[in-house]
Amino acid sequence: MSLLEVADLVVDFGTEDGTVHAVDGVTFSVDSGEIVGVVGESGSGKSVTAMSILGLIRQPPGHIRSGRLSFHGEDLRAMAPRRLRAIRGGPIAMVFQDPMTTLNPVMSVGAQIVEALRLHNADLSKDQARARAAELLESVGVPNPAQRLRQYPHEFSGGMRQRAMIAMAIANDPELLIADEPTTALDVTIQAQVLDLLRTAQEKTQAATILITHDLGVIAELADRVVVMYAGRVMEQAPVRPLFATPRHPYTVGLLASLPRLDDEDGPLRPIPGSPPNMLAPPSGCPFHPRCPLAADKCRTERPEPTDIGDGRQTACHFHEKLIEIDPAALFPASVAP
Amino acid sequence: MTELLRVENLTKHFPIRRGVFRRQVGAVRAVDGIDLSLEQGDTLSLVGESGCGKSTTGRLIVRLLDPTAGRIVFQGRDLATLHPREMRPLRRDVQIMFQDPYASLSPRMTVHDIVAEPLRVQGRYRAGGPTRVAELLELVGLAPDHANRYAHEFSGGQRQRIGLARALALDPKLLVLDEPVSALDVSIQAQVVNQLRDLQRRLGLTYLFISHNLSVVQHIADNVLVMYLGKSVEYGSKHDTFSRPLHPYTRALLASTPHIDPAQRQAKIMLAGEPPSPLAPPPGCAFHNRCPYAVERCRIEVPLLLPYRDSLVACHRVDEI
Repeated sequence: MSLLEVADLVVDFGTEDGTVHAVDGVTFSVDSGEIVGVVGESGSGKSVTAMSILGLIRQPPGHIRSGRLSFHGEDLRAMAPRRLRAIRGGPIAMVFQDPMTTLNPVMSVGAQIVEALRLHNADLSKDQARARAAELLESVGVPNPAQRLRQYPHEFSGGMRQRAMIAMAIANDPELLIADEPTTALDVTIQAQVLDLLRTAQEKTQAATILITHDLGVIAELADRVVVMYAGRVMEQAPVRPLFATPRHPYTVGLLASLPRLDDEDGPLRPIPGSPPNMLAPPSGCPFHPRCPLAADKCRTERPEPTDIGDGRQTACHFHEKLIEIDPAALFPASVAP
Repeated sequence: MTELLRVENLTKHFPIRRGVFRRQVGAVRAVDGIDLSLEQGDTLSLVGESGCGKSTTGRLIVRLLDPTAGRIVFQGRDLATLHPREMRPLRRDVQIMFQDPYASLSPRMTVHDIVAEPLRVQGRYRAGGPTRVAELLELVGLAPDHANRYAHEFSGGQRQRIGLARALALDPKLLVLDEPVSALDVSIQAQVVNQLRDLQRRLGLTYLFISHNLSVVQHIADNVLVMYLGKSVEYGSKHDTFSRPLHPYTRALLASTPHIDPAQRQAKIMLAGEPPSPLAPPPGCAFHNRCPYAVERCRIEVPLLLPYRDSLVACHRVDEI
């Protein structure tokens, strides 16, 4: 049994303009100790999936229509709110993109870490919790931890705030860490520091990690296994190296082709034509068909389900076998057409 | 090649005022003596991390901000000292496109009105305005029937195309592009980068391309100027700068950029610490507190931007490292 199992998750949001089909049948699992990268562009449903696992979807406007979410075999959706609160911040911890909005601006950083510690360890005294908080800040590379504990979030830089968030997340030795775009707001030199910190924290705690990002560079640096999402669906799942070396879904091929690379010749880029679908009215059949160079009639009418293709890989494409012999450069040529 | 723009000693200090009388108690040295030159038809990229002054430099060049000191010589005339009235006819030659496709377009105006606005301001709308707007929309890859819709009906990529059409309305010679693709998803980012390259070739445009993303810069720039805390640290051709970076900061930036290859995860040249505050820049080289090569001299003496090989670099130890 996996540590976390997500099966057939469907999440909608009611809006003035109609129903947004944010997540439409997502299935994946996370084993103890592994880092699973969930990658997709804006609106692909990756954050909504994470919020659903944490029980943080506000209902309404959100609505978890169906699906199973189980942690250690226990059904997260059927769990009493009290039990769920004990799990959040304890065995399941999270790091968000913007620490300025997730940290409390009127509480010192130390008080927030102490609160997180004592909420889950009733027998910890205030002094013990303070000492432990200082140790945690030091372990994530915040200099002068004793002094920093007394400061407020606005006195921390972006990188330091993200370190404090990570300290808080690992405070109660989580079994599962969910990190949603943890380095997106940071400059590259600081991003490299925080990625390195996440890597060492993960090695030390052995927490399974779900790393949600739009950045394939971050995935390439950190993930063991990758789930590629598009329009609320999982397009492809694979261990990280084969995914980058031999993608088996046209969307993954296109995503890799369109990336500007530092070590490239400075030629034109190879974009995916068109734009992501409007999730108020997702396309019929395969959601990628309007942008896919391999699309045929079948793709417009019949939705491809994720299929095992061996070596721990899955793809949701009717024509994935064609990709074995096609050169990605031929599939997504350099062009300026929108 | 003809020089279109030359910037000398460009400086912008934002005053910090305190107390009842708003007395000036200090200054944020956002841009601190930048020199650059841009040839007709070329792309110069300003790169660096947040707070390095690259966007302020762009805004000074289009005179959205007034410089504290320095010269902005555009086709032989110094824009920095021009009276607003004399500046107006020159504004059509120098246009800017912004990063945020959501904040930079008015939600109350149709696409037609957004793109037509520069023409109206410059009194050029009456003579064939609608035709020109249609032409511009086609140029950036939008359909003619998009003209009557509002910005919120469009995706981020399409909004950037609208911003580009507006910037091109007056046939500018120089376009300042301030992080034009940073808010876009990669599949769309690639479309817009290719579009910019294509338009440059077709219209003979000159770009000042401001970006924190070196991988994007790799695909568009001819020359690169690396900024740190308001100053230039390295200035050279893109090829030289990316293939053999000279300044320790340029090296760190390149090493920190992910390589997008899980088979080559590498221990990076990790840059410790964070940039100092531009409120109180450290003495000597602004980079010395993060630099693995810093010696006593770097803590005392500000390094000048001096020729080295075919580039310019501001580092005391460039010979040794």
